[in-house]
Amino acid sequence: MRVELTVNGEPQVADDVWEGESLLYVLRERLGLPGAKNACEQGECGSCTVYLDGTVVCACLVAAGQAEGAEVVTVEGLADGDALDPVQRAFLDAGAVQCGFCTPGLVVAVHDLLARTPDPAEADVREALAGNLCRCTGYEHILAAVRLAAERGGEGRS
Amino acid sequence: MRFLRPHTWAEALGAKAEFPDALPLMGGTDVMVDVNFGRARPNALLDLTAIPELRTWAPDGDALRVGAGVTYARLVSELADRLPALAAASRTVGSPQIRNRGTAGGNLGSASPAGDAHPPLLAGGAEVELESVRGARRVAVEEFFAGPKRSVLEPDELIAGFRARPATGPQYFAKVGTRNAMVIAVCSFALALRPGEGVGTGIGSAGPTPLRAYAAEEFLAGELADRWEKRDALPGPVIGEFAELVAGAARPIDDVRGTADYRAHVLRVLARRTLTWAWADHCEGGAGCA
Ligand SMILES: Cc1cc2nc3c(=O)[nH]c(=O)nc-3n(C[C@H](O)[C@H](O)[C@H](O)COP(=O)(O)OP(=O)(O)OC[C@H]3O[C@@H](n4cnc5c(N)ncnc54)[C@H](O)[C@@H]3O)c2cc1C
Ligand code: FES
Ligand code: FES
Repeated sequence: MRVELTVNGEPQVADDVWEGESLLYVLRERLGLPGAKNACEQGECGSCTVYLDGTVVCACLVAAGQAEGAEVVTVEGLADGDALDPVQRAFLDAGAVQCGFCTPGLVVAVHDLLARTPDPAEADVREALAGNLCRCTGYEHILAAVRLAAERGGEGRS
Repeated sequence: MRFLRPHTWAEALGAKAEFPDALPLMGGTDVMVDVNFGRARPNALLDLTAIPELRTWAPDGDALRVGAGVTYARLVSELADRLPALAAASRTVGSPQIRNRGTAGGNLGSASPAGDAHPPLLAGGAEVELESVRGARRVAVEEFFAGPKRSVLEPDELIAGFRARPATGPQYFAKVGTRNAMVIAVCSFALALRPGEGVGTGIGSAGPTPLRAYAAEEFLAGELADRWEKRDALPGPVIGEFAELVAGAARPIDDVRGTADYRAHVLRVLARRTLTWAWADHCEGGAGCA
């Protein structure tokens, strides 16, 4: 089947989509956007986190056909060209990236958290990131990145 | 496989009548896991997310009617004052990403004994609204579950939503699991006090279906009958007997998440805790309550 949707502001068409296929597969394998990662395909790890019509979801659990007509924003769409979103900048500056597999999902989740709660309490951060697993960092540097992004405030955040 | 995407409720019912083996798809947080892992290969997926009616809730007489497609995130942000135990249970579901997609309607559809929406719906005396092209019917939640992951839903029926009366007193939900997020309950319990009227309970993950603890409800309603007004401290033995009766209503098994004995123990603890919290709330402002 054909699925038409908007991804990072651009209209996109995916053809020959299998009816049981996930939005994650469409993004990665049909639209050439490998930012959202495929790790567990069962909603447990959050590495496939994207915005779907303004809320963060696991793209692996959205059927492609459910995204028909929807607005999707992936990690690739948070900033233009070589520029970095302040959340991405904070992850680099705080050393919150090791292998990087969890990073795109975490960046999108943190972007969403700070858009809703610019100055989150520690408990809010932990709650917001409860669905994103990282096997490398031990999370402390990720929490530091969130604090850094929050301290730097909303400047430049989209 | 077909992908059916009706845009109205009438079209959805028509599609389910025409393709009774189509698998309804709402938030996909159960269905897509099964599809991704090859455990589900239905002839058709019937996506219900484009139907605006399922996304709404509204007061209806003295009850609230909540569409099957209202997400956990919205149950928390929009209905915590009216359905506090359901909102508390919703807060414990998965992660933000899961709560943004998953729905109480899908929880009912899966009919897992561990579904977190079920104990609060049982305690709150909710009814499930089922509909097909043949007509609509309402089923009390305790009659909706037919066995582990089975319900009384007919092949041509869909879940339209559920009805529950807004809380008239304190309600609590408590769940035991291995972590604070992303866990299936080892055991869970919900309690609703209806001052002047009675008590509702719901047990999760401790039987083939979610269960009500009828004897515990009856006992506690009797004990509270002349205490609602007095708002005095509940004697320890009353709380203890309530906890025993709750544990006695369960039919737990040993499985990878816990033993039957442990579950009975957990239920005693959760019943005691939720009753203590709820009664303290009820007494707040009243005299002499401990
Ligand atoms: C990572 C993760 C964590 C989770 N954590 C929890 C948790 O803590 N507690 C918990 O209870 N659950 C949990 N779940 C399970 C799941 O999120 C819930 O069962 C959720 O309520 C399912 O809702 P949904 O809208 O996503 O349903 P879907 O997956 O779309 O559907 C579920 C079932 O209901 C049927 N169905 C859906 N809507 C209708 C309808 N309107 N009429 C008839 N049938 C219908 C479907 O055919 C399917 O059988 C978790 C799942 C994941 C992936
Ligand atoms: S790949 Fe989607 S949550 Fe893990
Ligand atoms: S940096 Fe490797 S999984 Fe997080």
